[in-house]
Amino acid sequence: MITFEGVTKRYDDGTVAVDDLSLEAPTGAITVFVGPSGCGKTTSLRMINRMIDATGGRILLDGQDVRQIDPPTLRRGIGYVIQQAGLFPHRKIVDNVATVPYLLGWDKKRARARAMELLERVGLDAGLARRYPFQLSGGQQQRVGVARALAADPPVLLMDEPFSAVDPVVRTSLQDELLRLQSDLQKTIVFVTHDIDEAIKLGDTVAVMRVGGRLAQMAGPATLLTEPADDFVREFLGRDRGIRRLSFIPAKDVRLAAVPADLALDASGRPLGWRTTGGLLPYGTFNPERDSLRAALDAALLAVNGTAVAVDEDGRVIGVATREALDEVLGQYAARHTSPAPRDPRPEEAHRTSAAAAPGSAPEVPAEASGPDGHAPPDPGPGNHTDGEGPRG
Amino acid sequence: MGDEPLVRWDWIWRNWDTGRPDSILALLESHVVMAFLPVLFGLMLAVPLGLACARWRWLYQPTVSVMNVVYSLPSIAIFIVMLAITGLGQATVIVPLTFYSLAILIPAVVDGLTSIPDHVRKSAVAMGFTPLRRLVGVELPLAVPVVLAGLRVATVSSISLVSVGALIGQGGLGYLFIDGWQRQFTTPIVVGIVATVLLAVIADGLLVLAQRLLTPWRRA
Repeated sequence: MITFEGVTKRYDDGTVAVDDLSLEAPTGAITVFVGPSGCGKTTSLRMINRMIDATGGRILLDGQDVRQIDPPTLRRGIGYVIQQAGLFPHRKIVDNVATVPYLLGWDKKRARARAMELLERVGLDAGLARRYPFQLSGGQQQRVGVARALAADPPVLLMDEPFSAVDPVVRTSLQDELLRLQSDLQKTIVFVTHDIDEAIKLGDTVAVMRVGGRLAQMAGPATLLTEPADDFVREFLGRDRGIRRLSFIPAKDVRLAAVPADLALDASGRPLGWRTTGGLLPYGTFNPERDSLRAALDAALLAVNGTAVAVDEDGRVIGVATREALDEVLGQYAARHTSPAPRDPRPEEAHRTSAAAAPGSAPEVPAEASGPDGHAPPDPGPGNHTDGEGPRG
Repeated sequence: MGDEPLVRWDWIWRNWDTGRPDSILALLESHVVMAFLPVLFGLMLAVPLGLACARWRWLYQPTVSVMNVVYSLPSIAIFIVMLAITGLGQATVIVPLTFYSLAILIPAVVDGLTSIPDHVRKSAVAMGFTPLRRLVGVELPLAVPVVLAGLRVATVSSISLVSVGALIGQGGLGYLFIDGWQRQFTTPIVVGIVATVLLAVIADGLLVLAQRLLTPWRRA
């Protein structure tokens, strides 16, 4: 666990980059710092591994003040992924990945073997190992960056806008890859981004920061969407908060009906379209095991009859979700959401908000008074952190 | 020069290697020594000075200014001043040329170090490199292409400047120009020019080769 206790960074010219920041980044979870430029999110991140030293307060890494640890030693125990990957241009990919093992004094053979293992883990071909960074695409370089950060198996990973320099398609795949890796590795990750959608997608907890280095709100992404603490957070979150929140509700509870006769299927049971006298009409599919309610609703809206087609992993139709079936789930969701005494948050809510600012931290932090989740007790541990992660394929 | 041919091959043949200090081979040898030692010494001094300038940026501008002033001094003037200190030896040429090399190489080292992308430097810090290890393992290797580019300029200009030393009796192949001029005889002049150019081309080619071998990691 990483704990910020009243951390302040004031530069010699009087500029305050981070102002009395108190929060906890729980073990085994992804905590995202998000905010506009100048909000101190990167400064906050870099104070963890002492690339920048705080001028006030302290940062504890599993209870130990980071300032008591010699910076190079501290940094070798913390993985770091930087924007544009920051690979060493003069070193082959395999040696880039093996950087920290080399620094730790591993012998070359062992370090390289470990590097090869990690390249595979992040989905890179072993043939790339002998190449130099300039021979790789931006997305591949960034994967190498992640592999390098993981090389010495550090418990903590700091990620400084790692995916912001690649195109949107590659970014999405890198994000999915990170979530997949994280479900295996359960690192304590602090992730900095200016992209609220990325924050909501990746974060178990999201800390929204405002210019001047102040924490505006800290909550799970679903809570953030429904209960922004103030106008700043609301504006920063942008439009369609209600729809976006559906991404956090698994579609597995949607009641499926039998496949109706007017849905045309191919020989292997995959959908072809809705039969009408004029031919086949478009359809939309979702996978109830993997997708969110948002995907189910989207699938329904793609069909003229408002019925979503449910498919299995292989794309074979397993049933359909009618508008009525979707309505039932949406209704449950809305009802629970507007309940006057939300003392029983849904499981995915519970874990997502577990890292909300601890009671007793900076009093001006609105998160504490923002909603029912602001008072959630600290997470008991990382054990349940993947509960309710339906939408995260 | 009348009906004399531009080049008399028999003269070249006879004077190629007489064992005397004014044979072509001997002149070539002293030319090489007086051209390369300054570049070598210049590099040895430029690396620490460049590192200091990159580390304490306020040092850089004054250093460059001083070096530019040195570079603007006519070489013959410095050679004559140096005569009083180092006498008629090769050092009279080597010392001033070392300063000329420095004037080219210090900016090259500083540019090389500052050309390293910030995200590369930051990631080295974040990986846990100690400052010394970062310098040796990351910063100096990455400065190599720019330093080598400076080295090529310094080498070629040093090869051409040595000849001026002939005016004080230490000019390597430059002696051939004076000899030919005094005797109104073109062959030594042509030999001097061709040998100097060949030397420069070969030296530059070797540096390009070194660049290929040392920096396989660069975009072609």
